[in-house]
Amino acid sequence: QLFSRLGNTVQETDTITDDLWDELEESLLAADVGPGTTDWLIERLRQRVEEEHMRTGSQVQRALREELASLLGPSSSLRFAKQSPLTVILVIGVNGSGKTTSIAKMAYRLSREGQKVLLAAGDTFRAAAIDQLKEWGERVGVPVISQHPNSDPGAVVYDAIQAAQTRGSDVLIVDTAGRLHTKFNLMEELKKINKVIQKFIPDGPHELLMVIDATTGQNALLQARKFAEDIGLTGVIITKMDSTAKGGFAFAVADDLGVPIKFIGTGEKVENLIPFDPQSFVTALFAQE
Amino acid sequence: MAMFESLSKRLEGIFSNLSGQGKLTEDDVNAALREVRIALIEADVNLKVARQFVERVKQKAIGADVMGSLSPAQQVLSIVNEELIEVLGGTDDKNKLDLSGAPPNVIMLVGLQGAGKTTTAAKLANYLRKQGSRPLMVAADMYRPAAVKQLQTLGKQLTVPVYSEPMGANPVDICANSIAYAREQACNVVILDTAGRLNIDERMMNEIITIRNRIQPREVLLVADAMTGQEAVRVAQDFNQAVSLTGMILTKMDGDARGGAALSIRSVTGVPVKFMTVGEKMDALEPFYPDRLASRILGMGDVLSLIERA
Ligand SMILES: Nc1nc2c(ncn2[C@@H]2O[C@H](COP(=O)(O)OP(=O)(O)OP(=O)(O)O)[C@@H](O)[C@H]2O)c(=O)[nH]1
Ligand SMILES: Nc1nc2c(ncn2[C@@H]2O[C@H](COP(=O)(O)OP(=O)(O)OP(=O)(O)O)[C@@H](O)[C@H]2O)c(=O)[nH]1
Ligand SMILES: [Mg+2]
Ligand SMILES: [Mg+2]
Repeated sequence: QLFSRLGNTVQETDTITDDLWDELEESLLAADVGPGTTDWLIERLRQRVEEEHMRTGSQVQRALREELASLLGPSSSLRFAKQSPLTVILVIGVNGSGKTTSIAKMAYRLSREGQKVLLAAGDTFRAAAIDQLKEWGERVGVPVISQHPNSDPGAVVYDAIQAAQTRGSDVLIVDTAGRLHTKFNLMEELKKINKVIQKFIPDGPHELLMVIDATTGQNALLQARKFAEDIGLTGVIITKMDSTAKGGFAFAVADDLGVPIKFIGTGEKVENLIPFDPQSFVTALFAQE
Repeated sequence: MAMFESLSKRLEGIFSNLSGQGKLTEDDVNAALREVRIALIEADVNLKVARQFVERVKQKAIGADVMGSLSPAQQVLSIVNEELIEVLGGTDDKNKLDLSGAPPNVIMLVGLQGAGKTTTAAKLANYLRKQGSRPLMVAADMYRPAAVKQLQTLGKQLTVPVYSEPMGANPVDICANSIAYAREQACNVVILDTAGRLNIDERMMNEIITIRNRIQPREVLLVADAMTGQEAVRVAQDFNQAVSLTGMILTKMDGDARGGAALSIRSVTGVPVKFMTVGEKMDALEPFYPDRLASRILGMGDVLSLIERA
């Protein structure tokens, strides 16, 4: 009951009471928005209540939605190459967040839009990671460039760029092994992969997308910060939004790093990827089940 | 946005007006426990769990004598720490794997997508084999692309047998057939690797309910990601209700997630943590130590550094 009661409470309460503030705080925390961001939001709202002479709960609700949406920033679509004919998308993130599946979904989406897509099996480490991407490639009808397990991911990416250029591909999406942001060597490996791309495609990678699982809690911000710091991010994909988790870390991530959320994953099928819409994300945060 | 300061520093700030004499008053304790509550939520402990936890600590802290060598901040922290260890299971025997049934003993792994079930199945097999068991792993994930291949690859690496059937087979039948196979091969432990599923996916939850009822595993373990946030409670409750969990394994503890989800799950469902995993390698499986997780939830080093300064 405690969860996602905000919609109700705020609509039904006409005056602004202490209870209202408590409920607001609780709903935000329960959605994994985190104590820091929640405090900031409540302070900001209290200030606005004063300044704008708000009197009703629904005014506060509207203001909260505005604040939340503004933390997320405007919606933003995929960035394509301007200089080179080939767009390169590098997909990164911690273990099991949904990188490989999201790549399949993007490949499906882009091919349907008429783009010629190629995938690079840059996860040469995890058991059957290459087979997983290949199987997805077959399912969505997109070729996959791969080498043997345990080969150098940089070499795979090199191969894939050559192949993309020879075949005249429009978009190359590079899968990478899951890695915790705390692992120095693995973060260095990622920098190397990034450098290989930059060597051949000077304005690439055109997207550095970090994939975060919606069920993640406050660690999401630490992850995103470290990936942003070490290689830079141009966008975030939040997966598993079909779960009951709300992905409230997104506000801190988007605001703190100034990086837009580009897609959300809503299931295990190739169609289950939708462009991120800040308004509906905020609405879903308070949705009753 | 305000950044999170270390809990000990904040507690010391709160108590800095205090002389360090006499007893802890209710006001002191309340102020301190507000900080503790925030720290717990920051560590991904569920909101309600954090509130109940703080309530229990409050009863113990009010009126406690302020001892010479410990500052009030240190004293509150030490009560919090002890209570955390207690909730996490202390030296409970429940933290151990139970394989005392008639062989083959079956361990069924369940959990959300990507939590680490398949990898953990292999680590468990490796661990049990080192203890002298003969494990069999069973590929019961018919949904994720190359899931069977993933388990087979790990099996080959470890030279642990893997039972699998062609794509399209029914996971319930696969599990049932694997038991007969284990008997044939004289394997005394069977580890079922099931597909990842959402706790609200009725069709998929029914699948593991059917497997559980048909196989009657000795252990049904929830594989839970240490990074999980507030929803951990609901997920664990739903899985527990469906398949009566006997334990959980907390994965990806080699990162810097504080692991508060384990506290939430343990205190709401009573399901004990049996192992932690700390890496992608096959030996990265550790027994669970409540005291280590407690100090981690409080912000690693917090408790230690306080005691050092005392
Ligand atoms: N319910 C749901 N499951 C998803 C979603 N996206 C991915 N998954 C599942 O999450 C699990 C992990 O997905 P992967 O794509 O293999 O994740 P990854 O990040 O590539 O994993 P590693 O390469 O091992 O780090 C799989 O079971 C996917 O089917 C989603 O949006 N919703
Ligand atoms: N760093 C680290 N990675 C881990 C750990 N346990 C599992 N992983 C990684 O997490 C990812 C997901 O692991 P899987 O075993 O495929 O997860 P799963 O639960 O079987 O996934 P699904 O079958 O898709 O639901 C892989 O990249 C694993 O290598 C751990 O303790 N530490
Ligand atoms: Mg992958
Ligand atoms: Mg698996």
